[in-house]
Amino acid sequence: MRVLWGFLAGLIFGVGLIVSGMADPAKVQNFLDLAGAWDPSLAFVMGGATVTTFIGYRLVWRRAAPVLNPTFDVPTNRRIDRPLLTGALLFGAGWGIGGFCPGPALTALPLLAPGTLAFVPAMILGLWIGARLKSAPVMKGTA
Amino acid sequence: MLTETTFTPWASLGGGILIGISAVMVMGLFGRIAGIAGITQGAMALPGAARDRDWRIAFVLGLMAAPLAILALGGTIVQTVPGNLALMVVAGLLVGTGTALGSGCTSGHGVCGLARLSGRSLAAVATFMAAGFVTVFVLRHVMGGL
Repeated sequence: MRVLWGFLAGLIFGVGLIVSGMADPAKVQNFLDLAGAWDPSLAFVMGGATVTTFIGYRLVWRRAAPVLNPTFDVPTNRRIDRPLLTGALLFGAGWGIGGFCPGPALTALPLLAPGTLAFVPAMILGLWIGARLKSAPVMKGTA
Repeated sequence: MLTETTFTPWASLGGGILIGISAVMVMGLFGRIAGIAGITQGAMALPGAARDRDWRIAFVLGLMAAPLAILALGGTIVQTVPGNLALMVVAGLLVGTGTALGSGCTSGHGVCGLARLSGRSLAAVATFMAAGFVTVFVLRHVMGGL
């Protein structure tokens, strides 16, 4: 059941990414191009997704526990620290260059565009590097 | 690379709602944030990953099945991926490193974090959006093309 529901959630997420235009790097880059070919569509993706999630979370949190796991596990870290802001800066730069964030890149993988095939392995290597960097001494202390 | 795209408010809103439904499913079923960077780390058992891998692997497979399902049902997918492969490798490294270091991406900090009214996620979203705007401005309007 866990695997079936996990697959279904991923499938719905992926269809949402494609239908919304978020999986098209040209659309993402045009959204980020305020001074040029600005396409505001992605603001509607973020708006629709965030409002739906805001309402839905409050409904499911009425339960004592999730359906298929013993506890809700929501981040408790509230610190705006150096790893958070450094990571967000690097991510934003990469998002602008490639037009992909992690979800759309994975969902685009089976379409086999050469750019996607170059991006995804580099992203996975980056996830490994980033997890290591997080515990590096230079990342200690506040931003 | 500059490809004209058309403004699609309804498709984007509808797709966004589907993304939200999926995020709510992940919270209601598994009690977790639907952050794709984190789910990928978990699925691949990369350092810093959470333990329950089963549903995360299935989620990633579901993500990848989405375009195939759309094509199988006769739908079309419009997609223009940048063709400069060296730049795409750099972009992938930045996105992976940045999301792992910053503990979240567009879905984890963006959709789920904002829906939780997390100040930490709001700071991350403001930072990566600003970095994205500046990067595209520099690439397209200072360096003259992507």
